[in-house]
Amino acid sequence: MELTTFSQQLPVVIQALNVGFVQTLKLFFVTLLGALPLGLVISFGSMSRFRGLRGVVKTIVWIVRGSPLMIQLMIIYYFPGLVLQPFLEQILGYSVNIGWGGGESGRFTAAAVAFIFNYACYFSEIYRGGIQGVPIGQQEAGQVLGLSKSQIFFKITLLQMVKRIIPPMANEIITLVKDTSLARIIALQEIIWAGQAFMKGSQGISGQLWPLFFTAVYYLAFNGVLTVLFAWLEQKLDYFKV
Amino acid sequence: MTALEVRNIQKNYGKTEVLKDISFSLEKGQVLAIIGSSGSGKTTLLRCLNFLETLQEGSILVNGKTIFDAASASKLTDEQIRENRLHFGLVFQSFNLFPQYNVLQNVTLAPTLLKLGTAQEIQEKAKKLIAQVGLSERIQAYPCQLSGGQQQRVAIARALALNPDILCFDEPTSALDPELTGEVLKVIKGLKSKDSTMIVVTHEMEFARHVADKVIFMADGIIEEMGTPEQVFGNPQKEKTKAFLQKSLEEF
Repeated sequence: MELTTFSQQLPVVIQALNVGFVQTLKLFFVTLLGALPLGLVISFGSMSRFRGLRGVVKTIVWIVRGSPLMIQLMIIYYFPGLVLQPFLEQILGYSVNIGWGGGESGRFTAAAVAFIFNYACYFSEIYRGGIQGVPIGQQEAGQVLGLSKSQIFFKITLLQMVKRIIPPMANEIITLVKDTSLARIIALQEIIWAGQAFMKGSQGISGQLWPLFFTAVYYLAFNGVLTVLFAWLEQKLDYFKV
Repeated sequence: MTALEVRNIQKNYGKTEVLKDISFSLEKGQVLAIIGSSGSGKTTLLRCLNFLETLQEGSILVNGKTIFDAASASKLTDEQIRENRLHFGLVFQSFNLFPQYNVLQNVTLAPTLLKLGTAQEIQEKAKKLIAQVGLSERIQAYPCQLSGGQQQRVAIARALALNPDILCFDEPTSALDPELTGEVLKVIKGLKSKDSTMIVVTHEMEFARHVADKVIFMADGIIEEMGTPEQVFGNPQKEKTKAFLQKSLEEF
């Protein structure tokens, strides 16, 4: 049955977009959960006193930041199953299975890997700026008080770094909310995918553009919440100056 | 009893020799003032004593025990360097208080992390030290709410909380407005006792003359002249010392 009036379409569209947005949010939170700590590890690598390690890490960051996230998504999703697997089978002589699997969960895992890695590289540079911006005297004060390197980092440097990096991190995290839509390219069923479905035809609605446009409201609302959250956090750390 | 003995220490950055063969000793309870123009190596000397820089030559003895010898320095573990540091305390020119902690937390942080007592013992001791530097009323204040002089007094309490054998001051009043200099110098003077050994790098000649038991005049990385304040200020032997003192004490 074709739903022709807006009032008929609205509940169906909202329902579908909600499902898509849950997938969007899942990708967003999983990416944050992975990229926030991984970025710290990468930033330590890029500040290492071992020149070799520093070089490798900086090259990786250059590649990840320098190429489109959309291409990275496609490479990470398709390469293992479509390129590596046949190649390995040819040299090994028996069948192997190293693809992500065709289902939604396979696509989600691949997208999460791509996003975590990509965002960790961006975060690492913000962290590095934050850490190097803490005056050297803070570290020296910790040293003369007999504290260990990890005590100095976690008890002295970290909070000062966090305070410094809130504005650039807020920028990056708001961009991440919108970047999750790139996962559409590997057919992850996030909110853009859900909105587009009504152009081709789904659940009795076809040829409709407005559901796709309407997805922007979801992004806008969620980013509004994040903006308030970051303002609150900034204010929370207003009690000291760095 | 000799609290500190420094034997033939040398420090260079590449080809630049910053400390050339420095030796001196200090008795327990003495205050040593180190004077000299900028770039003479005074600050580097303090930083070496606190292991913020590594010496290329020489050795350091505290209470008769060798804690550092350049010949075997490469074998020192991070752990040993941290232990060595605890013989010394350092008060920086720029205070370097931890901005996210209030006055009390700044003083208790290191003793707590180093587990130097129960939380209550550490708190009580910290409060006593904060009272000693005259800041009991600002105990909950954050560094950004304090004047430079107050911040420096907190930094002194923070250094004292670890009971260092030798407390070093690196130009403690150079970053302060002139009217705040006095309160800090007064606190340092008040610390003088038979148990506290101190080294003060300073440009305050009056302070050095009246508080120090021993004065070292450094120039170009060597000890140009060393003696009691009466000797160094009253009857300097070297030309460089005379020239420096004349400039420093010049009246306008």
